[in-house]
Order: sequence, then structure tokens, then C-alpha cells
Amino acid sequence: MGMKKKLQEIPLHLMILPGIILTVIFSYVPILGTVIAFQKFVPSKGIFNSKWIGLDNFRYMLDMPNFTSVLWNTVFIAILKIIAGLVVPIIFALLLNELAGAFFKRTIQTIIYFPYFLSWVILGGILIDILSPSSGIVNQFLGVFGIKPIFFLGDDKWFPYTLVLTDTWKTFGYGTIVYLAALTGIDQSLYEAATMDGANRWKQTIHITLPGMLPIITLMTVLSLGNVLNAGFEQVFNLYSPMVYSTGDIIDTLVYRIGLVDAQYGVATAVGLFKSLISFVLIVLSNKLANKYAGYRVF
Amino acid sequence: MHKTSISRKIFLTFNYILLTVTAIVCILPLINVLAISFSSSSAAAAGYVKLWPVDFTVASYKYALTKNEFLTGFFVSGKRVLLGYIVNMLITISIAYPLSKEKKALGMRNVYAWFFIITMLFHGGLIPTYMTIKSLGLLDTIWALVLPGAVPVFNVILLMNFFRNLPKEIEEAAYIDGAGHWRVLWSIYCPLSKPALATISLFVLVGHWNSWFDGLIYMNSPANYPLQSYLQTIIIEADPSIVSSNELLDMSEISNRTFKSAQVFLAAFPVLIIYPFLQKYFMKGLVFGSVKG
Repeated sequence: MGMKKKLQEIPLHLMILPGIILTVIFSYVPILGTVIAFQKFVPSKGIFNSKWIGLDNFRYMLDMPNFTSVLWNTVFIAILKIIAGLVVPIIFALLLNELAGAFFKRTIQTIIYFPYFLSWVILGGILIDILSPSSGIVNQFLGVFGIKPIFFLGDDKWFPYTLVLTDTWKTFGYGTIVYLAALTGIDQSLYEAATMDGANRWKQTIHITLPGMLPIITLMTVLSLGNVLNAGFEQVFNLYSPMVYSTGDIIDTLVYRIGLVDAQYGVATAVGLFKSLISFVLIVLSNKLANKYAGYRVF
Repeated sequence: MHKTSISRKIFLTFNYILLTVTAIVCILPLINVLAISFSSSSAAAAGYVKLWPVDFTVASYKYALTKNEFLTGFFVSGKRVLLGYIVNMLITISIAYPLSKEKKALGMRNVYAWFFIITMLFHGGLIPTYMTIKSLGLLDTIWALVLPGAVPVFNVILLMNFFRNLPKEIEEAAYIDGAGHWRVLWSIYCPLSKPALATISLFVLVGHWNSWFDGLIYMNSPANYPLQSYLQTIIIEADPSIVSSNELLDMSEISNRTFKSAQVFLAAFPVLIIYPFLQKYFMKGLVFGSVKG
């Protein structure tokens, strides 16, 4: 009996095998490779012959004059994005949910979801053009109201907010769909009962819709905690310039410049490892909280 | 009859207007860039172009489509999307199926599951990943763009959850008729999972088409750049003065601005084409596959 069961399992093991092999090579080997954070790594000598220097790379990292500001920029931009990424989709899901016509609803959904599918290179090209202080359509529009041109991507005061706004523009359609999906799961008889009791739509929203959405809102909030050190490499990399390093440089862009531009592999890996470790703790924590407060399990 | 109150009518009007305006704001930038791409260089440079082309011309498109780097990039991207899609889908399906089984049907299920989840929580980071790919000799090959992301764990979870929610009776009937796992997977699970597979397909196709950073770092020679990596170097990085003095200024009807806009639009075009076809499956695909209450 036990033997026969084992035999039946064999095709399942075989199916999963290619995935395992690829994961070992491209995920686990690089994880082991992070040991170069503790080395004075020289590519020609390789991991086995480079000198071990303990925590020197981490000390170097903490002594970098811009490290604290980069850490602050990362957290600041990420938290603003997380807040906007929660609030805006919830509002739009509620507004879309009030519509009766399926066609209009569907059209709006399709349009607002679309920017999500364009790369930050394409959106970067578009944003650099439309936000340009001299010829961009946004500043031309603001000019109609007598507002002086704003250098959204070149002014370090405006840059972080431009990042948050444009990120929200790209991604809120996705979030909206998640919340709309949650809304379809709310028991319709609750609304009928409330209508009988004379509750108007506003009261129904407060007392039925929002409580009905609470589990998914809790879940999304808790899960976003893991992203506190992810301010969005692709976006920042395509939009920033040395002019806005003071407020726009984030951990991931710093790692790129230290590692691939300056070729300080050990230091770059140390900074990356620092970020990974904190993110790891945050993700594990957020999954625990998600399980506790929203009954969510990944598997 | 149910009467709609005045305040409700006001709200609904406001709601329709707000949602319409939002939708317009979402696509306005794209329309603006599209209009610029079809306008003459002088009109674009003077900032006359709003939402409709001024002095309509397709010169920028003609130039982009005869430019070698652009066409090579297009070709590399096409190859990458095709290869990447096949590899991603085969791997995703062949992991999601065993993981969708109960523990009593696959004893090691949870061990496997954690093996994959760990890679979502922890990864080597930029430099160690780069070194791995380099030591495998994959630099400057298409496999450097296809293999490192061959196991999209998020998609696996989505599909696994979808598989789990399929009715078990059909599957059991098939086993009784003598079908094996492969047969059940291809003839029953996959056809029943169209919404999830369509959703994942869109993510994978668009994901490969849009990737640019890996091309930038793993390809030493710009001749191997996928389209988006090439665009990244000329649209975002390039000093406009260099590009325009080199080759563009002598072609009077094209400016750097119209040329860039044309390329941006051409790169977005394939996404624009497949998006509507696969988009209709989203709700179903995402809802049943993602978070379960």
C-alpha cells in the first residue's frame, strides 16, 4: 500500500523537478553569494580567494555621508506610496461600485488599469516629456492658471511627491480591481435588508460596504508593511538625476551606483544585504500579522 | 416604484464626472505623446501640440522603423517574449499542479512549497545574481533574460489556488478511467483554468516585453539589447544634444522630441494590442486565484 502510493507520487516529483533546479541555480546560489558582503571581493580572485574582512563593508556603509539620507528618502517615499496606494484604490472602488451601467464601469476600469502595463521606461519617456518645464503639457496647463513652470523631475523639493503621484497614477487601477473583487463578495441580502430599514446609500456604505471590505483592507495594509524599504527602483532609476539625489536617491539606486558603476562589489552587496535583512523581518512580521488579523496564509 | 432622492442624483452626476475625468487623466499623457509623435518637429518644439497632431507627418515613425538599433531591439524583445513565455508557462503549470495536491497525495508538498516561498522572502540581490549569471557564461545570451526569472512564484501561487478550487469530481472520474497526472493536468485542469492562465499570460508577456534592467546589465553589447533596454539608454539616459547633433538635425522634419515620442508609442503598441483581449479574464483570474477569504 505505502509502496504503491510512493510510485503514484513519482510523476508529481518529476513535474516539479525542473522548477527546483532553476530555483537552486538562480535563487539559492545568489543567496549563498551574498557572503561577498563580508569580503574584500576582487572578481579576478573569486569568492574562494578574496580576503575576508568581517563587518568592514557594513562599517563603511554606515560611515558613508549620504547613507542616512538615502535610508530616510527610501522610507519616506515608500510610506507615502503605501498610503496613497491604499487610499486611492479604495475610494475608486467605492465610486465605481455605485455605478449601475456595466459598460461604463467596465470602460473606466479598463482605462485606469492600462498604465499599470506600461514599463517605467515608456512612462519615464512620457513623464519626462509632459513634465518638462519648457514644453511639457502639464506646465502649459498650469500656466493657464498663472502658475510658474515647476521642474517636477529636477527640483529636489518636488521630486519625491512627483514620484508618489506618478506611481499612484500607474498603479491605482490594479488596486481598484482587487477591492472591486472584494466588493462583489459582500452578501447582497444585507443591502436589501438595509433598504427595507430605510438606510440610504451613504449609510449602507458606512455600515455594510466598508465593514465588508475591512478584511481585505487589513490584509493589504499589513502586507504593504513589507515594502517599507522598497521605494521602487525602476521608477526612481528612470526619473532621477544628480540634481535630485538629495531627496530622490534610494537604497536600490545607491546599490546600483556603488556596485555596477563604481565596481565596489563587497560594499554594494553589504548595502543590499542590509536592505534584504530588514525587508525579510518586515515581510515575516507582516505575514504573521496578516494571518492573525485577516486569517491570511500564502499557501 | 422606487424613487431616487435628489442628493443621490447629485452624487451620481458628480460620480460620473469624477470617474470620467480620472479616466481621461489616465490616458491623456499617452494621447499627448501620440499627438507629438505625429506632429512636425517645429510644432512639437514650439509646444503647440496638445491632444491632436499639428502638421501631421509620419516622418518620425519612418525614421524609427528604418533605424537598425530599433529594429534589432524589437527582434530581441520578440525572441525574448516568445522563449520567456514558453518557459514561464511550462514551469508555472508544472509546479502549480503538484502543489495543488493535498498533503496525502504528495507527502513533500509543504517542503516544496517552502522551498519556493523562501525565494520570495529572500534573494541574493544585484551583485551576487550578476556574478552567478556571469559565471554560468550567460552574459550576452538571450538565456540571461529568460532563465533567471523562469520560476515566477507569485504566478505559481495564483494558479495553484485556482487549481485547488476546481471541482474534484471530474478529476476523480478521470483517474478511475485510467488517466494519469499528465493527462488530468492537460485535458482537465488547463482547459478549466482559462481565466487564471489568461491572467498569468498577460503578466508574463507584458513582463518580458517591459523588462529593461536585465538587458542593460547582462548584455555587454548594445546589439543584444531588447527594445526597452535600448529605449532606456536613448530616451532616459541620452544627452539630447548629442543625439540631435549627430544624426537628427539634418533631417529637418524630425526632432528629438517627436522621434522619442514615436519610439515610446511603438514600444507601447504591442501591449496596447494584447491588453484588451486578455483583460476581460482578470476579475475571475485574480479573484479565484489570489486571496481566499
